[in-house]
Amino acid sequence: MNNVMIDTGNYIAAKAAVMTQPDVVAAYPITPQTTLVEGIAKYHETGEFKGEYICVESEHSAMAACIGASATGVRTFTGTSSHGLLLMHEMLHWAALARLPVIMCNINRVVGPGWNIWADENDSISQRDTGWIQFYCSSNQEIFDTIIQSFKLGEHEKVSLPVMINYNAFILSHTSMPVHIPTQKEINDFLPKRKPLWNLDINNPITFGNIILPPEYEKVRKEMQESQENAKKLIKEISKEWKNKFGRYHGDLLELYECEDAEYILLSMGAIGAESKVAINNLRKKGLKIGLARVRTFRPFPKEEILKISKNSDLIVIDRNISIGMEGALFSEIKASLYGKSDSKVYGFISGLGGKDVTFQDIEKMCEKVINGKANDLEWYGLEGV
Amino acid sequence: MAIKEIPTEEYYLPGSAACPGCPATMALRIVFKAIGKKMIMIVPACCTAVIESLHPNTSFNIPTMNIAFEAAAAGASGVEAALRKQGKDDITVVAWAGDGGTYDIGIQALSGALERNTNFIYICYNNQIYSNTGIQRSGATPKYAAWTTTTVGGKTEYRKEMGEIIQAHHIPYAAQACISYPEDLYKKIKKAKEIKGPKYIEIMAPCPPGWRFGMEKTVEMGTLSVETGAWALYEYENDEIKFNGISKLLLEEKINPKPIEDWIKFQGRFRHLFIPKKDVKKLKEIQDHTNLIWKRYRKCYL
Amino acid sequence: MKKYNVKTTISYPMKGATGKTGNWRVFRPILNKEKCVKCLRCWIFCPEATVIRKDDDSIDIDYDYCKGCGICANVCKIKAITMKREGIEK
Ligand SMILES: Cc1ncc(C[n+]2csc(CCOP(=O)(O)OP(=O)(O)O)c2C)c(N)n1
Ligand code: SF4
Ligand code: SF4
Ligand code: SF4
Ligand SMILES: [Mg+2]
Repeated sequence: MNNVMIDTGNYIAAKAAVMTQPDVVAAYPITPQTTLVEGIAKYHETGEFKGEYICVESEHSAMAACIGASATGVRTFTGTSSHGLLLMHEMLHWAALARLPVIMCNINRVVGPGWNIWADENDSISQRDTGWIQFYCSSNQEIFDTIIQSFKLGEHEKVSLPVMINYNAFILSHTSMPVHIPTQKEINDFLPKRKPLWNLDINNPITFGNIILPPEYEKVRKEMQESQENAKKLIKEISKEWKNKFGRYHGDLLELYECEDAEYILLSMGAIGAESKVAINNLRKKGLKIGLARVRTFRPFPKEEILKISKNSDLIVIDRNISIGMEGALFSEIKASLYGKSDSKVYGFISGLGGKDVTFQDIEKMCEKVINGKANDLEWYGLEGV
Repeated sequence: MAIKEIPTEEYYLPGSAACPGCPATMALRIVFKAIGKKMIMIVPACCTAVIESLHPNTSFNIPTMNIAFEAAAAGASGVEAALRKQGKDDITVVAWAGDGGTYDIGIQALSGALERNTNFIYICYNNQIYSNTGIQRSGATPKYAAWTTTTVGGKTEYRKEMGEIIQAHHIPYAAQACISYPEDLYKKIKKAKEIKGPKYIEIMAPCPPGWRFGMEKTVEMGTLSVETGAWALYEYENDEIKFNGISKLLLEEKINPKPIEDWIKFQGRFRHLFIPKKDVKKLKEIQDHTNLIWKRYRKCYL
Repeated sequence: MKKYNVKTTISYPMKGATGKTGNWRVFRPILNKEKCVKCLRCWIFCPEATVIRKDDDSIDIDYDYCKGCGICANVCKIKAITMKREGIEK
């Protein structure tokens, strides 16, 4: 039984979160995340959300409260954006090192100053090394499906890590799209109850997080890395299971589109990833052999998959972020994935910072610049036109 | 109540990393005894994180979660909400933080948790200094006390009155206690345990390395802090303050406070007020300020 | 005690988690059982929980972990505990 709900990314995310039946949600408002929290609050009022809702006084406390709750063994959820995410930074590390599967939506928004509420991925990219799994979505349906899948992934005993589901400000968060909503029973059947690897328990009085010496600490880090590796396998399994159950598939680590015979493959994330499909269709019509590999997970990074698609193709990368002093983060990671194993050329574009529109026409122009041999290694697209 | 009535059960296990003469472990023993094993404790960065001892061992026989320095009250809020959701209402959630984690970096999360009516006990053991990081000033450090990075003169500002800030939240129960009065501390914790909603208890905790006095003098330093009026014992309930013990006698002027000098002369952190030559002016200033605080106490709470 | 099968900083309760802290001692508290009036002040104030309270409220000292701070001797109003330098006097 499929029920279609037409709503914005945030309200869809609220619906998904509530359908996972979290025990505790702690959140603090920030544009453009506010309607997500409002959505959950509304479900709390109607009784559809039966968990505890904590209206904390900051995002730092939101994450701390989720960590405290999760440490008792229950399911937790929160959402934030930009400055809120940055304020959480310390607690993001805490959640991951504690191996607590807190699930969170982050609405990708510009970091100030100056104040700017539009789409930009520098907020979550700068949280890359916290140990969180990071998804980037390109449609409201994908947001819904990824949230449900993330609980299964993060809470899996072979992963036990927090998961961040990212989607672009306004382009998705405030844009209505039709979304298929499974029944509560279907979700319950798909998503088992959380079985924590450890928890605060008066009958087993452990101390969590006291002083730890280098050799043991190193082992903690290594196990986190192994769990991210496990996540790669599980993401594939879970997306397949979802496809079999619900008939929808957004890719796993990557979403491949028209890649089989491609001489060039475009790599992008988030909303630009959706726009890229239109660009690929148009370029194909012009007779160009080009495909798209939309990157869905930035952590774990799909390095083996990217190496594989680079065998017969040169790569074009669009980043809606920049690691100042270096280049786009996706561009860097892709080159690192190929290092010493592939002769493919990789071209990087920075585009859409500060929420600037990146249309399919823009994307076509970037691709054509590469194909026509006019692109440098790193380009800022659209500053003075290509 | 008599000391005999305090239970023998110990949830603090001997052989921890605490300094000899530590006021924090002294207070923790009482807290554990008063609440019993049905508690979960949240500890931010502070000496207590060291006192727990090295992973994979712990000196606490109580489930304990360490959390970031500013996050004790927020972490406790999460634990409390999750326990409530699970119907485990008989477990007492305790945030146990130092004065730095309470007066300074953690005040926002604390204020938020109090305002949200979180059902927990927040306990601040106040050693008037950041001990964990090697003795630096906090908002609780008294004027003229020196720390490792001060120049000769010591702190140039008065300490803040956290108790007054707490009262402004109109929570059901708050209290000030001192490690030197264990029965009083025990009773206050016991009482807090039975009350629903946010409870705040602050414990004066003289710290030998932090204040620079001999490790055998911890209890004496606490007693003198109360007898001189440098610290007050009271309970705050239903928006009313009740001073107790010696502090009540001082408030009602039934006894005279000891001169503040009797307390500070034993503490190396005030040494510069005595050596090379007694700084009468500054000592008088400290005394005058203490008198002023009590004058206000009398006006408000008598 | 249940052991959790996950690598994060999880620690289990143990007496002497920092080792035999009795080795830190410079002065040793010596109890004169005859003098002791079982007031339990030393027991309640000992920061290390190494003054052991027995069923009849008499006390003992756990020298394995007693850090020798001298608080017990200091709070005893009738001087039933005295501090003696380790190794020199017994
Ligand atoms: C965000 C952050 N800033 C600074 C520190 C370093 N730090 C750890 S404990 C501490 C002082 C603790 O003082 P207090 O709360 O009074 O506890 P005490 O050490 O006196 O027991 C500081 C500054 C930290 N851990 N985290
Ligand atoms: S510095 Fe003070 S509070 Fe910290 S462990 Fe030592 S005695 Fe205790
Ligand atoms: S010397 Fe200190 S640690 Fe030893 S028993 Fe006496 S009070 Fe306890
Ligand atoms: S304080 Fe002195 S009298 Fe009281 S129990 Fe201890 S040793 Fe005995
Ligand atoms: Mg302190």
